[in-house]
Amino acid sequence: MVPDASGEASRETAPRALPPGAKALPDFLFRTSAAVAASTVIVLLGGIFLELCINARLSIARFGFSFFTRDVWNPVTEDFGALSSIYGTIVSSGLAMLLAVPLSMAIALFLVELAPPLLSRVVGDAIELLAAIPSIIYGIWGLFILSPLIADHVQPWIQETFGEIPLFSGPPMGIGMMTSGIILGFMILPYICAVTRDVLKMVPPVLKESAYGMGATTWEVTRNVSIPYGLRGIIGAVFLGLGRALGETMAVTFVIGNDHTLSTSLFAAGTTISATLANEFSEATTPMYLSSLVELGLALMAISVVFQAAAYFWMSRLGRVTARA
Amino acid sequence: MQMMTNRMIKFLLGLALTMAATACGGGSAPVTSAGSTSSSGITLNGAGATFPYPLYAQWAHEYGAASGVKLNYQSIGSGGGIAQIKAKTVDFGASDAPLKSDVLDSEGLIQFPMVIGGVVPVINVEGISSGQLKLTGTLLADIFLGKIRKWNDPSIASANPGLSLPDQDITVVHRADGSGTTWIFTNFLSAVSESWKSKSGSGTSVEWPSGVGGKGNEGVSSYVERVKGSIGYVEFAYALQNKMAHVLMENRDRSFVEPSIETFQSAAANADWANAPGYYLVLVDQPGARTWPITGASFILMHREQPDAAKALAVLKFFDWAYKNGEPSAKKLDYVSLPGTVADLVRASWTSRMSSGGKPVWSNSGS
Repeated sequence: MVPDASGEASRETAPRALPPGAKALPDFLFRTSAAVAASTVIVLLGGIFLELCINARLSIARFGFSFFTRDVWNPVTEDFGALSSIYGTIVSSGLAMLLAVPLSMAIALFLVELAPPLLSRVVGDAIELLAAIPSIIYGIWGLFILSPLIADHVQPWIQETFGEIPLFSGPPMGIGMMTSGIILGFMILPYICAVTRDVLKMVPPVLKESAYGMGATTWEVTRNVSIPYGLRGIIGAVFLGLGRALGETMAVTFVIGNDHTLSTSLFAAGTTISATLANEFSEATTPMYLSSLVELGLALMAISVVFQAAAYFWMSRLGRVTARA
Repeated sequence: MQMMTNRMIKFLLGLALTMAATACGGGSAPVTSAGSTSSSGITLNGAGATFPYPLYAQWAHEYGAASGVKLNYQSIGSGGGIAQIKAKTVDFGASDAPLKSDVLDSEGLIQFPMVIGGVVPVINVEGISSGQLKLTGTLLADIFLGKIRKWNDPSIASANPGLSLPDQDITVVHRADGSGTTWIFTNFLSAVSESWKSKSGSGTSVEWPSGVGGKGNEGVSSYVERVKGSIGYVEFAYALQNKMAHVLMENRDRSFVEPSIETFQSAAANADWANAPGYYLVLVDQPGARTWPITGASFILMHREQPDAAKALAVLKFFDWAYKNGEPSAKKLDYVSLPGTVADLVRASWTSRMSSGGKPVWSNSGS
């Protein structure tokens, strides 16, 4: 509101005709309000981190580092370990990336390089619409449509084909790590896809045209021009999707089975950090229980930071490599 | 231009002031109490257990129509109810799991039972309809421990002669959130099985040896409906309204009983409320040939020392009304109201244990 008003005012009258004080004040207001707005991000982030640390101090003092390496979760004896939640968070997000990254790359490349303009626009709009679907709808869809499908067809087929190996063992429930990975994959697909599409669109036509002029095929242009040019943006898109998958709560809670037992099977029930928090926070009655849940939140924040840092590191290295080339 | 900036500053100042005012107002809203001494126009706030929520809401509606007193009950869960009453943000809390009397003493709370309900094991096994499968307490515990993994296990078959059991894996469904339902259910398992007691114990949430977890009664029931070969546990009213297949349970007197209002009442009838300090009573595994073994009461929590006598009295009047007139709607919603003798005991404890400024809030005449 404030920057808008001052902007209009300065456009109405020529800036040079103003007395110095009147010119400085709107500018000063604009600067400070923008700076204050920007600093809230830092304050908020620091505040959340500090608050989490303070409220998790009980469990940090009691369990120390072993909190992250043990898979017990016993509210009766107040013995807590985060391993099963951390494992579930990483595995379900990993499965989601396996599904979403190749699929959204293919869709984005199709939209930019291959599809006729009308089709490209229709499919593009449909993908943006997918991003607008609330996560609870994905959860309900997962529980009522996808999970029976996996229980009745996918898991029996996989078990018949591969035999009873630990990765696919267990009764066919249709609820578990695999189902949540697939749901998460569908949920982050529109984000990765939309950003990748925009990145690929920004590849200068002159680069592509000169490649075509040299006799390159569509595949060669895509592989050797479009993808290398947009690689940093694409990696950014992938990490944007990963960030969403790590923190997604509602849809996962519906289909993951919310159980703290650690299992090697992708078809067994598990839990993620955010699902555990959503399920148990309101009924965590003892201080140690509450404190352990807060430390789980801290762990989620740490995981996000680690992945974010990895993304930056990777992108900066890429930048140096391309600059040298 | 100068004027415009002045107006802008004024606007910003005004905005900040309004925001500050609403923020303060919002923060103090729950504590404000109606100043009038007449009972009509007062709004009473309660929060807690989800299990009795439909009944409390119905009672609040009927009582509101009769007396003009508004009652606002939020079903945030037993743990939440306990936390809210401790923090004094509500006039009463509600919990399916009773607090022990030493906790009541240290927090300055009184506790009394309001309604009785049963927890029912529900199954989804092909070919077995509601009320066909018989289970003993030990069998149920072994299933939830993950010791019995197939429906055609010899130990289940021997309890169910003549019933054809499928060769199917058992999937255990439990609550993922903390819950009074779980408290009642795990208390029963601990009462009938030593190995359950030592492995998982009892509480509003426990470490489950096996299975999947659903959030709330609805989460458990939708998992049971989805997963073939599953067994879970829900509140009786919930199982009934969703037409879920329940099992027959063996009680202490070695007879198999159906879950019903009569069998829950039978469990409550034998309970010795008069000698239970703070009404801390676990109603699981009670004697009686017609007793449902997995029964429990839902409790109300209030502070012993009340700052506002009129408001405390209004709350007690509501519960008094519910004890007297609440039975028809309780029955309609598949809950069991407390026997009149217990209600009299509770009223006596209001007189002796709750006061405002040194004077008892409730006198035996009904004030």
